[in-house]
Amino acid sequence: MASVMDLEALLRPPAMEMPPYPPKAITLASGEEMIVRQASREEMPILLTAIYPLLLVERDYYDIVAARLYSELLAYKRYRVKDEYVLVGLIDGVLAGLVNGRLVDAKVGMSYHTLTIRRGLRVGSHLFAAKMEYHIEHCGQDEVLIVAESPIGFRRWMIEYPLDKKYEVQHELGGVPSWVLTRKTYFDAKPRLVSGRRPVPAEKLAAAVIRLPGEDAVRLQVTGEKGGKA
Amino acid sequence: MRSVYVIGAGMTRFGRSEWPLVDLAAAASLAALHHANLGKVPVNAVVVANMGAGRINRQTAIASALVDRLSLWPAAAEAVENGPASGASAVKVGYQAIASGMADVVLVTGVEMMRAVDGLEATDFVASLSQPEAEYIYGVTLPSLAGLFARLYMDRYGVERKHLALVAIKNHDNAMKNPYAHIHQPITMEGILTSPEAVVNNPPVAEPLHMFDCCPVSDGAAAVVLASEEVAAKLGAARVAIAGIGQATDTHAVHERQDPTDLKAVRLASAAAFDKAGLKPSDIDVAELHDAFTILEIAESEAAGFFKVGQAHKAIERGETKLTGKLPINPSGGLKAKGHPVGATGVAQLVELTWQLRGEATGRQVAKAKAAYACNFGGFGNNVVATVLRKEER
Repeated sequence: MASVMDLEALLRPPAMEMPPYPPKAITLASGEEMIVRQASREEMPILLTAIYPLLLVERDYYDIVAARLYSELLAYKRYRVKDEYVLVGLIDGVLAGLVNGRLVDAKVGMSYHTLTIRRGLRVGSHLFAAKMEYHIEHCGQDEVLIVAESPIGFRRWMIEYPLDKKYEVQHELGGVPSWVLTRKTYFDAKPRLVSGRRPVPAEKLAAAVIRLPGEDAVRLQVTGEKGGKA
Repeated sequence: MRSVYVIGAGMTRFGRSEWPLVDLAAAASLAALHHANLGKVPVNAVVVANMGAGRINRQTAIASALVDRLSLWPAAAEAVENGPASGASAVKVGYQAIASGMADVVLVTGVEMMRAVDGLEATDFVASLSQPEAEYIYGVTLPSLAGLFARLYMDRYGVERKHLALVAIKNHDNAMKNPYAHIHQPITMEGILTSPEAVVNNPPVAEPLHMFDCCPVSDGAAAVVLASEEVAAKLGAARVAIAGIGQATDTHAVHERQDPTDLKAVRLASAAAFDKAGLKPSDIDVAELHDAFTILEIAESEAAGFFKVGQAHKAIERGETKLTGKLPINPSGGLKAKGHPVGATGVAQLVELTWQLRGEATGRQVAKAKAAYACNFGGFGNNVVATVLRKEER
């Protein structure tokens, strides 16, 4: 009779060796410094807490993004997704945004989500760029498959880079026809979209422990609800 | 002509509204009416400034709708559409009604809900004010016109990107002190211009203008209550007089101007407003300029007569336009950071200046302000309304 661990081995996807993402520091428009680093599996619970308030926000498809991202992080925490990684952006330790994705194989990456909590500072753009940097420069992949769930995402990624169509491949996020970032696209875009300083001093890295803004702050910052108050 | 006073001013926070268009307008109107403390004095007319509700919100005749929402029947009601200068134009209509004796009390409300559509459609909606055969048809947008203007202005007068950045940083700082501002986010020279990351933080929109040189797309409403001298005296209202209004136009297509860097309509409208007020630019203590793009704050401040042509950027370097400077410009945060719901903007400028003259601009109050100036810049400078307000001692 098989043990629980034998069964777990069957349920758990086999893992590939993945290089660590080297942390970097980015000066934002506000002059604040954002540390971008890889989040560990043990940090998933606090990230799940951050996303939870957005599950019912319909605007700009945040409900879909939050629900899918929640499941992706949960699956990562509980070993039910193959070769996922999560990067976070922290300003004074407070979560400003996060991105995730996974490696399909040694040469192809699958971008999942980009969620910005701190708006108006191009945090999402910096984090998405860090994600592409990880796939292309650190994992040495040839391409990354990408889709957008909202028009904002489409404008940011498909138009800003710009990405190429790869419609013959269905993306894991709903089977939507994929777009693709190639090595050439990445390196062409790098001078205007990828930035950051390395190495991050050890004391700064030690201080980059994830803290969350309040639940209301997350919802208000993400959705940008400000007007309509006399 | 009778004297006209601003006896009440109010606005909503600019940004992204959760309310429908008329509710947004009503909120600002109620704030202004409350501020005016009218009691049983009736509102004779309501003038609404709006540029695009018929197109982007599928709602027309909003002045009638606002009167009904506020139960102000049988007040006269009409809307004014004059592009981004709609707000000050609507105030001018209210001013004329009182000055001529047609009305004693007029509510003027500016409102716009631009975030009901996505950014591309909002940009296209604003671009529809450009010359249809010579500009719009070729894909001209307001940022692109401002980019062309900025390039020529910078080349001619030695203005550099750092001067544009100084305007943006100042206005973001001021907006931090304004609870009604759209953007509450300080920015730094390092973050938007000098650090290696600035390339990503502040991408080009229409060179040489970058993201932080451009105003945001905003929802919002602002309102003022205007009254005759008799009503203002009866209510014991603070005496903020509309001392002068000037308006001027220029060619629709920017390229048809003899000198595209000369904001002739600003120059003429401002001169007319100062003349009617019996004041000079040097008499002004605080100004709200139409900085939809940072370059416009520089150029308008020269065309209005506050600085010699080609000198404003040097005054900005010296900090003269900061809250603590010789002539504070855009203490509200300006369009750049307070936000720019186009139909509401001209009214919101006068709301800020009324508060300044009444000493009610908490946190950003300009000391001893007695005279104020606003420039509401329509089109790309082809229809400009300048207004001078003056505090009168009782």
